[in-house]
This record gives sequence, structure tokens and C-alpha cells, in this order.
Amino acid sequence: MPTGNPKTIDQAFKDLREEARTRWEELRQTPGPKFRLGLATCGIASGALNTKVALEETLAERGIMAQIRTVGCMGHCYAEPLLVVENPGFPPLLYHQVSPGKAKMIVRSFLEGGDPLFEHVLGAMEENDMIPWIMDFPRFSNEVRVITALCGVVDPEEISDYIALGGYAALARALESEPEDLIRAVEEAGLRGRGGAGFPTGKKWRLCAQAAGKRKVVICNADEGDPGAYMDRTLLESNPHQVLEGMAICARAVGARRGIVYVRAEYPLAVRLITTAVQQAEKLGLLGESILGGDFSFHVQVFRGSGAFVCGEETALLRSIEGKRGMPRHRPPFPVQEGLEGLPTVINNVKTLASVPPIVEKGPKWFRGVGTPRSPGTAVFSVVGDVVHPGLVEIPMGTTLRSLIFDVCGGIPRRKSFKAVQIGGPSGGCLPEDFLDTPIDFDSLVEAGAMMGSGGMVVMDEDACMVDVARYFLDFTQKESCGKCTFCRIGTRQILEILERMTRGEGREEDLGLLETLADVVRRGSLCGLGKTAPNPVLTSLRYFREEYEAHVREKRCPSGTCRALTAFYIDLDLCARGCDACVGCCPVEAIFTTLNRKKGIDQTLCVKCGECVAACPEEYNAVKKVSPPHLAPIVERPPVQET
Amino acid sequence: MATIYIDDKAVEATPGDSLLSVCLKNGIYVPHLCYLEELKETPASCRLCFVEVEGEPAPVTACTTMVREDLRVRTDTPEVRRLQRAALRLLLSVHRVDCGRCPANKHCDLQRIAALLGTGLKPKNLALLLREPQVVRVHPLFDYYPNRCVLCGRCVRLCRERHAMPLLTFADRGFSTTVTFYGQGNSEEIPCADCRACVKACPVAALWPRDSDAPVPGGEEEPSPNTAGSDPAEAGP
Repeated sequence: MPTGNPKTIDQAFKDLREEARTRWEELRQTPGPKFRLGLATCGIASGALNTKVALEETLAERGIMAQIRTVGCMGHCYAEPLLVVENPGFPPLLYHQVSPGKAKMIVRSFLEGGDPLFEHVLGAMEENDMIPWIMDFPRFSNEVRVITALCGVVDPEEISDYIALGGYAALARALESEPEDLIRAVEEAGLRGRGGAGFPTGKKWRLCAQAAGKRKVVICNADEGDPGAYMDRTLLESNPHQVLEGMAICARAVGARRGIVYVRAEYPLAVRLITTAVQQAEKLGLLGESILGGDFSFHVQVFRGSGAFVCGEETALLRSIEGKRGMPRHRPPFPVQEGLEGLPTVINNVKTLASVPPIVEKGPKWFRGVGTPRSPGTAVFSVVGDVVHPGLVEIPMGTTLRSLIFDVCGGIPRRKSFKAVQIGGPSGGCLPEDFLDTPIDFDSLVEAGAMMGSGGMVVMDEDACMVDVARYFLDFTQKESCGKCTFCRIGTRQILEILERMTRGEGREEDLGLLETLADVVRRGSLCGLGKTAPNPVLTSLRYFREEYEAHVREKRCPSGTCRALTAFYIDLDLCARGCDACVGCCPVEAIFTTLNRKKGIDQTLCVKCGECVAACPEEYNAVKKVSPPHLAPIVERPPVQET
Repeated sequence: MATIYIDDKAVEATPGDSLLSVCLKNGIYVPHLCYLEELKETPASCRLCFVEVEGEPAPVTACTTMVREDLRVRTDTPEVRRLQRAALRLLLSVHRVDCGRCPANKHCDLQRIAALLGTGLKPKNLALLLREPQVVRVHPLFDYYPNRCVLCGRCVRLCRERHAMPLLTFADRGFSTTVTFYGQGNSEEIPCADCRACVKACPVAALWPRDSDAPVPGGEEEPSPNTAGSDPAEAGP
């Protein structure tokens, strides 16, 4: 492929960058205080829009001229809404949980009174000798940001922010490189697909580049659907241009002119921002016809997926774009040979594509310097569940689970102990404490029985019931199965039947063996990745937490007291205070009655086991107890109703 | 032509042909439901036609395996049979076994496969999960019996191939997936009366003409709630 006139492309990009940098400097140089507010879905859900309104109103009221920039997600979900305040004379400060009231307070006390309100500061964004730097905290210092480097820094609706901070330089360079060199760079970097399976990205690109035909397609797979996972959404909402730039470089490498971002319709903000980003990039000539004046053209469309989890599977995704029912097909032929409308197609995950610009910009050697030899680079996880600091975390591959959960995310809250971590969503597995020293990379996790997945990580404390967790995930997969092949359609449902039976206390001795057999045949016999990996939550929990399954089946006991049918609440009469009515008032079904000596009892036939009474019972008594199996609860007779 | 070996028997075959087709042409029966010789693409969805191919770590589906020189295949290894039995039992766990009143009796592929695998027609220790209603009457001419259907998709694919505007499709998702009819309810406007490709291709008589002289299908006594105001208790014989 001819490369056009190098001077023109280079100059065209330099002009764009100059303009963006000038604008960025103007923003920086504006006198007066500056605010940066995280307005991705996570921030909005925590009320950041109200914070913004309160901030604007208070500033107007007080007649303070200040600059408010909205950015994407900074990754710290536990502290949303997040606000960075740059007040002249102070280092930039990061405030956590900034409610509208707190925003007003910051304006009054900090901007007007000069008191930075230390109790609300998470840390300073720069090193200084006044306020602890955020990098002194493990939640920040253990991260290595490659994919999310500019998330929370750039305004996702402003392409010039991204260009000013180095964006699209890799594309400009790629336009002047031979496609072969780009493919080789990605191969040498050892980049592996961040969608879950870890297929070498360079190899995929090469196969597509070598495939017959002139028309080729690049698809960005943003059909993120794992429960509790939101890495791709955050990336699209915080820095969509890095993804688009990666797509364009990929297109240049494989010779594609057409690109599609396949994003879930359930991500309205991501859809809007990526659409805006495409328009802005087209306007500046960074996408579309003859990019930067050269002879390479690449047109990107945004396609909204309509809510089927299975459409994240690449062959189902293709059918869905073609307007057909989202059902996977047998591979081969692989999409790189016969993809969208039969054209050779590269399908890469959002994070894979976002990794490409830094590789082109800084070189494969630099990328290999991060992570492990077989899994170079970083991994982005959305760590949720029972951790002190949940959120989006980017760590180098090879970091251990222990380090991620305990050092970066602060460990388990409420003095509970760690029980299991679920990695890889419905296709992944639950790993127990013994595996905490497993390094996070594609191969080690598969060896342990889980999988990298696309980055969902759910941490569970001692209160989690592993049978119930397996039931939850199988309920998900059997609903989301496309219904095409026998093993996935009926097999996952039969597995769910058994798990539900166990959580109801109706498990039979032979069910354990039956579960194993079914899980094994579903894994071996299914057509696509969804069915092949659907039994993983069952297989891993059976392997590592077998005693819990046995307790459910043999003793009808739920060791963690989660399964309602297998637990009961009772009131310890030695602890219950005479005359206290806290539990009586909160019980939604009037199952709690007063005994003759004015203590309380629970009518087991009425109790729905909601646990409200546990919460209501004053801490100094702590009289409501939970037992499993339910027959262990002492029976307290309801006194006869007295006629008055 | 290429020489391949199926259960140690040398067979001549055209490279690129589907292995399942070659097996069937040479009188070697491999259980299958979704495969149709006349349609080019196979959905590989019934997961029954497993065979072991030398060099492959695990059984593969014969319908998606292409003939190549020196292909060595075994159709009856224990692992193959284990997967086939498991798939059949899963299908039987959602199948209303009522052969005596089923028009497919004695021509039924499930019966044939069960006989070959020696499993009987019981799902063994799996729960029997049947659907309601037993009969779906949305097509003007054909009744659909969800508890017979194995969702092989032959009907859907044939309909799509025969008619510019197909009238059958899959609907719903996961375990609730079903074959359904869309289009006009008027039997004059649809080509179904003359075509009947779907009915003929169905391996289990899950689609059956309503006006048929064939034996009354099993579900007839429990009509679908879709049919106007019919109460099972009031329904005639």
C-alpha cells in the first residue's frame, strides 16, 4: 500500500497538535481556581450531576470565577463523586464523596477561607510538603496506567484534550509506517486479547491482513456483559479516542476501510460519547476519508447491541450486526477469514485496542517491560464486592491476587475474612484463599481453574455461600444462552435445577456426582465459548469448596447462612432486653411476638428470613441469632392471646 | 478423491465434503439431528455427531469436519458415546415421551438414536422439564409441539431457503428458545400448504398439519391456551 506524501501527513498532524496544545495551555494558564469533576456513569450514579449544579450555583452566588472541567472516571468508585480542586497557593487536591453540601463547603471554606478541609481530602495530586501525595497510598501507587492513563484527566467530549496530551500521535506515525511493521510491533509487544481468551493480537491481525480480498473490517467489541464488570464502559466514557486511535491503527495494519464499535445499548452514556468522539475525529480528519490528507481512509460506525450477553461472542456479534439472531456459529472459519458479510474481520476488545497506541508510540520493548514474559502489559479489573476500595484498577500483569485485593483494594471490610474471589465472570471460576498468591496473567489463572475474562473480579467474604454463588452464575448463563446447542440450552438449565434444589435443602446424595458429570459434558460438548465455560463456576466451587456442597446436601446446612430455606433466626432470651420493641416494629410480617416475661420470640412459621430484626436489634443486646440448619433454632411458644 | 479411514474401513471421499455426509453415504450411521444433506451450511447445534479424529485432542462434530487425505476417524469410542448419550438424555429431559400417540413413532430420529446408544427413552436422573402449552397454534395450518421439538432448526433453515420471505424463526432465548411462525394468519396468502418442507424434514413431528389424517397427536387432548377460549376440561376427544 502506498503511504502518501509523508510531509503532508506529518505536517497536518503537527498543526492539529499545535492547536490542541495552545488550547490546553490556555486552560492551564487561566487564573483562578479550577475544578475537575468525574462525570462517568459511576460518578453520575453517586450524584455528581447534583454536585456540579451545587458547585456552579455556589460559585455564581459568591461571584467567584472558576473553571469547571468534566472528565471521565478516575477509577475510585468507593470515593465517588470525585472532585479535584486547584486553588492557587495549594497543590491540586482530590476530594472524595463530594455531595452538593460538601461542594458548597469547599467553595466557602477552601476558596474563600483558605481552609482545605483536610478531613475530606483523599490526597494531593502532586508531591508537596503540606498534604500527603496520592502516590503515598497503595490504592494509587500500585497501579500502572497504560490503558487508563488519561481516564479522569481528559474531557471525553473534547478531542483536543486527548491530542494535547499526546493522542493520535501513534496514528500519525502508523500512517507513515508499513502495515507489516505495525503488525510486527504488536507481535513483538506480545499483546494478547483483553477480551478474555488472550489470543495473540498480532497473530490475529496478520491472519486478517493475509486473508484474501480487498475489503476488510475492524470491529471493537464493547459488548461487555459480565455481572459486576464495567471496564469497557468506563474506558469508552472516559477516553474514547484512545480506543478509536487503536482501531484506526489496526485498520491501517490489516488494510480495512470500515470499522464498527459494537457497544451495548444499555450503556447510553458510552454510546453518546463514542459517537461524539467519532464525529470529532472525522471533523479533524483523524478518521474518515483520506486521514490527515493521506491516502488511507477509515470509516467508523457505532452499532448498538440490544442486550444479549451471547453477542459478546464474536460470531454471534457478527450475526447481530448483520441483522440476524445473535447465535454463535461453528469456527472455523474464523472471523479473520470470513467475518462480517463474509469479509475478513478483526474483532478486538476495547482494552486490546486501547493498548495499541502506547505500543506504537513507545515501542514493543517498553510494553514488554511491563507485566510478565508470556502476558506483557497491564490488566484492567473492576474489583467489586467485599473490598474496602472497590473500583477500576489497572495493574501490571503478574501482580498477585493477594496484592490486588489486599494492598491495592484495601482488603476485606468489617473485619471479616476473605473467602473467595470470582474472576472472569460467568465463564470464570471462584478461587479460595490458597490461590491468593497466584499471579494475575492469562496462563496462571487458567491453570488455577479460573480465567482472565475481560476483567470482572468479585471478592467475597466469609458470608458468601459458594453454592449460592454458583447458582447465581448458572442462572445468568442459562438465561443468556442463545438456545442453539443442546448442551448449553438444556445442560445449563439442568445444572441450575440441581443447584436450586441444593439451596432449597432438597439436594440428594447423587446430585454431587450428577453435577460433576453434567458440568463436564456441557464443557466438552457445547458449540461456543459461552457453553464451554458456563460450568466453570460450578466446577471450581466444587473443587475448592466441596465441603459446602456436602453440608447443603447431607446436613441441609448452609455454612454461611445465606440460603434462606436452610437458615432460621431466633432470639436469644438471655440477651434480649425486657421491654425493647425494636425488632417487633421492623418485622414486615409480624412474626415477632412478646413472651410472657416481655422478651421476644420469632414465629418460625411466619418468618420470611429477611434479617431486618438482626439489623434492628441494638448492638448492646445483639440478641437475634441466625442458625443453619433451621431446626437448631429453639422453639419459643407464642403466649395465648389475652382478652382485654 | 481422498482416502479416509472410518473405523479402520478405507473410504473414498471428495476433499472438502463433510465427514458426516461421507459416513452416511457409506452406510455408517452417526447420530445427528440438525444436519441436512441438502443444505450447505450446518449449524452444528444438536451436538450428537461426535467422532474422534486422529490428531484431535477431543471428539469433534462430524458435520463440521472436512474430508482431507488420510483422515482417520473412529465413530464409536467410549468418549464419543458418552457425549452422545449425554446430549440425548438432555434432549429427552425436555421431551414428552408419548410415542404411542406421536405421528413420528417408528420414524423418529430420537428413537433411532436411543436404540443405537442403548439408552432407552428416559432422561435417567435428570429432571423432566416440560413446557406449557403443549401445543402452539399460531400457524394457520401446522401445530407446533414444543415438548417434541429438539430445536434442530431444520424447519427454520429450509423455510428460509425455499421462500424469499421465510415464515418460521427461532424466538426467545436460552431454555425458552422456541420455533415460531410469523407472517399472515391467512392460509391463502402463505405457500405452506404446498410446501410442507418443514413438516417433512422434522425428525420428531414437532410440526404437524392440523387437518392431518394421521393418528391424533398426543397433545390434542390438552389444547393450547392460545386457541380461543378452550378449556382443557371442556375439550372434546
